[in-house]
Order: sequence, then structure tokens, then C-alpha cells
Amino acid sequence: MSGHAEAPRLMVLGAGTMGLGITSLAVGHGIPVTVVEVDETRAGRTRAAVTERLRMAQLMGALPAGRPRGELTVTASPADGRDATAVVEAVTEDTPTKAKVLEAVAGLTGAQVPLISNTSSIPIDELAGFIADPARLVGTHFMNPPYLIPTVEVIRGPRTGDAVMTAVTDLLRVLERKPVVVGDGPGFVTSRVLHPMINDAIRVVQEGTATVEAVDDLMRECLGHRTGPLRTADLIGLDNLADSLRVLHTRTGDSRCAPSELLLEKVRDGHLGRKSGRGFYAYGKELA
Amino acid sequence: MTISSKPGSHTAETVAQEVQQFLEQRTKQTWDPDTDLFSSGAVSSMFAMELVVHLESTFDVVITGPDLALDNFRTVNAMTGMVLRLREAQP
Repeated sequence: MSGHAEAPRLMVLGAGTMGLGITSLAVGHGIPVTVVEVDETRAGRTRAAVTERLRMAQLMGALPAGRPRGELTVTASPADGRDATAVVEAVTEDTPTKAKVLEAVAGLTGAQVPLISNTSSIPIDELAGFIADPARLVGTHFMNPPYLIPTVEVIRGPRTGDAVMTAVTDLLRVLERKPVVVGDGPGFVTSRVLHPMINDAIRVVQEGTATVEAVDDLMRECLGHRTGPLRTADLIGLDNLADSLRVLHTRTGDSRCAPSELLLEKVRDGHLGRKSGRGFYAYGKELA
Repeated sequence: MTISSKPGSHTAETVAQEVQQFLEQRTKQTWDPDTDLFSSGAVSSMFAMELVVHLESTFDVVITGPDLALDNFRTVNAMTGMVLRLREAQP
């Protein structure tokens, strides 16, 4: 009996920025999704937030035409998603938090069901240690927003199994995303390279060398960075960026990764970037 | 000229004026009615969603289906045309 021939059904753990983005990508590609969110306020906003993202994706021409939307279920209980063919964990970038939900959900779902941890920095093998069968765990690092960025960093841990690699590749094909498979390590490739650079860009502003706009203009117009590092920081979410930098700093010892004071100040003030309406730039209406 | 928020009171001129005001406020520059916002590089395509939400709430219209396409938000004229058409069609 092969699980791969089955139509995919996803369980997504966590309705934060990435959980909502991945859910929207899947629903927009016809895959039914059960979103598990224990925070009542967040859970209550999930359906509207997914609708909003699906509209954005449609506006950008990012969804396949004529494919019916997948069904969306929002619940506080992972047991409601026990028949999923794959689980995507997208909770806070914090090892104990991720480990706890992965461990819980591993026992609820089928023994062959891939557990996909969406993480920007935490090494996959650190999390694999919390699961009875570490071969089931693989990492993905979707960029935000997942429905607009066609490539996904896929992290194969030293204990990730072949069947899981095949399953995650098959799933990404249905989602029309291109996987680029890399090895394990703090921050993998994208965060390891990008996040210290963004942190430096913030320091340049903090030190008064240049304005936010000047940094982004130079990086965009001279160096071909598509959105500029500070606008990218706003899109990542400044709280998530700080979390990711802490993970990198702890594990690499690289002082460039210690979150800069200006970044921490913005997080303390609740200026978290695009999602809160204000970060290094001011945005109009808050995107739920 | 002030813009009334009463339904049915908008003309091409008032819609265009309101859209231009919003764009000016959000982008800190003025826009000719035929300039392509997105190819100008001054706004990202993410800004299009802000335009959708703003037009819906300001002009009491619902933008769905095939209307939800970037081409309808490229210029002030394109947005004005769509808003007037939707206001006509959605009583």
C-alpha cells in the first residue's frame, strides 16, 4: 500500500504568518487543509486571513486557473487532522515549542506520514531527536509569501528518510514549488547568508550612516537585491527575524548574528513589520 | 470639491481624484491617470492588495473573480473604470 498515490491532505500546525501562507498556497492548489491553532483569537481570524491571502494570490496570478479550492478546517485539536498525508509544523521559531508539537503530532498520525518542520534556522536534527522515528522529519523553509515565491529550501537532516524526501518533493510538485535540497545546519543556506546581512543593514541605520530608504535603494539599485534588506525584514516579521538571529547566534557564535539594538527596540515597541502595519516602513491597512 | 460618501454620488472625476489622493498619501508622489504604478518601480505588487481593500471600503464595491487581476490596478484610469462599472452592477 503506497501513501503517495493518495490525494494529499495537509495538517498545518500554527496559524502565524507562515502557517497562514502555506495553508493558502495549499488550499489555492486544491489541497484540503486542517489548521491547528490553540490561540482562540488567532484561530478566529484564520479563515478570513486565508481568504485575504487567496485574494492576493489570485490578484498576482499565482494560483492555477480552474482548480477548485481545497477545504479549510480550523481547529484547536491536532486529532482533527489525524488522517493527513503530511504535517507541516509552522509554530514559533523556538526549539522546545517546535519539539513539543512535533512529538505530540507524531503519535497521532500514520507512522509513514512525513513531518515537515517549517523553520528558518533551527537545525532539523535537533528536532528529530524528539520524535520516535527521526526518519519522518524533514525541513522546509518557505519564503514569505509562499504563494508568490516559487522556490522552497528543503532541508534534509542526517536522519531524514528517503521515503520522506520523495513525499515532500511530490507534495511540492502539487503546490507548483521547486525544491532546492540542502544539508542541515543553523540557518541552512538562506537564513545563514541573508539574516546577518539584514542585521548589518539595521546596524548601518542604527549608527546613523544611512537612512532606511538609502540602504534599500543602494542594495536594490546597485546590487540587485530584489526588495532591499529592510523591506525584506518587514516582510519576514521583525520578531521572527530576531528569533532566527538568536538561533544563529547561539549555534554559530558569530557576533554578526546577535540581534541589533534597533531591531530589538522595534520588537519591544510592537513594530513587527508589514503584519503589524509598521516596521522599518509604515504600511497602510494591516494585512490580517 | 469635496467627495460625498453617499452611494451613487460618484463620477469618474471624483473616483479618480480620490484614488489619486490615496496614492499620493501612500507613495508620497503624484500620479498621472495613465501611469503604470507597478512598472514605475515606486510601488511593489504587494501594494495592489492595499488598493483592493481601499477601493472596496471607499466605494462600497466587492472586487472578486476575474476583476481581481493586477491589470485593473495598474493605472488610476483602470481603477476608476472598474469602480464605476462595479458600482453600476452592484446595487
